[in-house]
Amino acid sequence: MDEKRTPTWQIILRSGLLGGVIATYMCVIGIVETFSERLLIGSFFSLGEVMLVFGMVITGVLAARELKGKKNYVSLGGSLLSGLITSLPLIILIIITLLFVLRPAVQGAAFNLRDMFVNLSPELVEILTFGQGLFPGIPLLILFSALMAALGATFVLPSRRWRMGLISGIAWTLVIGIFSDTVQQIFGRDIASFLFLNKALTPQAAVIVFVIAFVVGFFSVHTRVQSRWQTIPPSQQSRARVILLLVALGFLLVIPWVIGLFLSQALFMVVLFVVIGLGLNIVVGYAGLLDLGYVAFFAFGAYTMGILTTTGALGRGGLNFWTAIPFCILLGVVWGLILGFPVLRLRGDYLAIVTLGFGEIIRILALSDWLAPFEGGAQGVLHIPYPSFFGFTMNSPQSMYYVVVAGAFLAAFVTIRLRESRLGRQWMAMREDEDVAEAMGINLVQTKLMAFAIGASFGALAGGVWAARLGNIFPHSFNLLISILALAVIIIGGMGSIPGVIIGAFVLVGLPELLREFTEYRLLMYGILLIVMMLVRPEGLLPEATRRRELHAGEEENIEPVPQTPIGSDR
Amino acid sequence: MTAILSSENVTKRFGGLVAVSQFNVEVEEHSISSVIGPNGAGKTTFFNCITGFYVPEEGEIHFGGRTIQGLSPDLITKSGISRTYQNIRLFANMTAIENILVGQHPLLKSTWIAAIFRTRSQQEEEALAAEEANRLLRYVGLTGLGDQLAHNLPYGAQRRLEIARALASQPVLLLLDEPTAGMNPQESADMMHFIQRLRDDLGTTILLIEHDMRVVMGISEQISVMDFGEKIAEGTPKEIQGNPKVIEAYLGRGAAAGLDLESQSTVN
Repeated sequence: MDEKRTPTWQIILRSGLLGGVIATYMCVIGIVETFSERLLIGSFFSLGEVMLVFGMVITGVLAARELKGKKNYVSLGGSLLSGLITSLPLIILIIITLLFVLRPAVQGAAFNLRDMFVNLSPELVEILTFGQGLFPGIPLLILFSALMAALGATFVLPSRRWRMGLISGIAWTLVIGIFSDTVQQIFGRDIASFLFLNKALTPQAAVIVFVIAFVVGFFSVHTRVQSRWQTIPPSQQSRARVILLLVALGFLLVIPWVIGLFLSQALFMVVLFVVIGLGLNIVVGYAGLLDLGYVAFFAFGAYTMGILTTTGALGRGGLNFWTAIPFCILLGVVWGLILGFPVLRLRGDYLAIVTLGFGEIIRILALSDWLAPFEGGAQGVLHIPYPSFFGFTMNSPQSMYYVVVAGAFLAAFVTIRLRESRLGRQWMAMREDEDVAEAMGINLVQTKLMAFAIGASFGALAGGVWAARLGNIFPHSFNLLISILALAVIIIGGMGSIPGVIIGAFVLVGLPELLREFTEYRLLMYGILLIVMMLVRPEGLLPEATRRRELHAGEEENIEPVPQTPIGSDR
Repeated sequence: MTAILSSENVTKRFGGLVAVSQFNVEVEEHSISSVIGPNGAGKTTFFNCITGFYVPEEGEIHFGGRTIQGLSPDLITKSGISRTYQNIRLFANMTAIENILVGQHPLLKSTWIAAIFRTRSQQEEEALAAEEANRLLRYVGLTGLGDQLAHNLPYGAQRRLEIARALASQPVLLLLDEPTAGMNPQESADMMHFIQRLRDDLGTTILLIEHDMRVVMGISEQISVMDFGEKIAEGTPKEIQGNPKVIEAYLGRGAAAGLDLESQSTVN
């Protein structure tokens, strides 16, 4: 068999240390301590512990995956052992903290380690030793670490049913614990008071949730939606698709009234970023033009809306929301062309840097005194009225949600129609190989400008809606972070895919709105998520599938890997 | 017979290097012509000058009565020239059908606005284009592979697909840059046979580049031999085979002296 096999002890040591370093890192940057105030289950299991356990579980998963070829008890035992090793860096951390940070023994030293590592606190030691003091605490930590690694090992167990059951059970318990606010809002007080104590799941509720999710996961392995779908005859498939679409539409219309004010605002932001993401997706995902200054178009839209509709001193035109929105889109197109024109000859990295610069220029221009008489400078544009719809003022997140959903439908519609058209093929050909695209008769100037213009129009549309929702806009809102977030949305979701953009917006915009605890660590989480995605699933969560089309009329369906027909024989 | 493509004293320099020097060639309509020469002779550079990817410093290129040097590649393609590449350059992450549809670009007319509203004429055009793309796919022997991503296709199929893509614009002149590169003798022979059929079926004028002169001898009506950017010989395959300058370019001076020419040509 494979001769250069890594020895077992090396695998155990390596995965143990890796998980240990992750867990220690979580402690040092303060996540564990900060999150330990956010209880998930009862009064003993907090989000902080989840972070700690994460490293240990990773240990088990890694060890078990590499030991997969061996017998079950070997891989389980190996994971247990590497779990023991995982606790080692944590114990060292405890000792260092006690000796160099907290104990007077070293206080004579020239510096205090805590000046640098502010998070090495007595509370951290207490968490790591389960509040039991050093003696029962450290052995407990070792044992706990080994058990958690063994738990991680069960995730890669050969039995698919048990694995799915366990993952589903743990995941749902955590999700319901973390999103307790959301769950409480959706299910109302009665169920909520049964499930939760303050924000945490009660222990008995946690057990119930776990068992239900475990059973569902355990028995749902063999029902795959996709294979079921294929058993439906094609004639009924289109009808089923229409019904599904209607159900989804109804769901979209009802949802803001179910989830309440706060979550509707979060949902508004998510859908807003779907629109932004769809726009950037045309530029980056289809046309392959890496644009890092996309926020500029968002800002144009917002300022256009602001200046055209505000009732304040800066108002010009005195339009209302509905008459101003076409101008937002139109000016977005114009600015897309204006900013697109100078960068026509640039490719790849150079294009990215120049567009990055444009984004900053626009923000600084908006901030400048020079343009202040026109668009308010640092004071921004104030008193932008809410849209009104047949006399009904849309001042709530729920009503604005409908506006942005309509915008998202428009953007998705245009995207789908263009993707399937000649222009869409022009974009994709240009993305694949600019020179060959030109040799196919494609006018690159026109094709690039179209991508910038249409992408910009989506961004400006989102900006206009956003300005009307906020009522006041300020230059500092339009910072680089929005461009990066929009780009991350389409990278995480999957380049060029509309469902991908939606998922990406939910993950990157929706989750942070719900997980207020994470706010401080938001960028860190993005970074980790992006790195993990690039390593594990570089194509994104929901990449664009190879589109099958009904193009082969009257052909046999079976596809042979290598056709045996001699070239040109079939005419 | 009239020359559909002619180049007069075309010269292309890269800094101090003269890649193509005073190159003249005339391609008869409906003919199969070849430009051959050893690796690095400047054949592909000459192709790039014809297709507008490079602008020659000197000389003129005429195609169908128009002067085309200096035009951008997309305009030259629209005027009826299309090409394939030596190292296959398909749109790797697009399906085979989509590749051919991109090739049809110059023939399609519908605008993006028509695409958004999916007008009747746009839909009809798309349906016709898809039908034509499938027909081309069958023509090059790739029936049923239309939904495969181009980079998933086997090597030979990629070559055929590239030709189908080039044919999609219904070119008057087809430039093939080493269409048999990387093929075994049997596949090369098939390909040559196919190229001949192409001309007979569609009446397309074909200009080939090859560095292996044996493969083009059988089908070319006119051969130009290039070495270090210059034309060193021109004529029918028979004339070329007997030309000592050509053998010298390929095999070196010493080898040319002692070589039995007949043994070379019988390999065909």
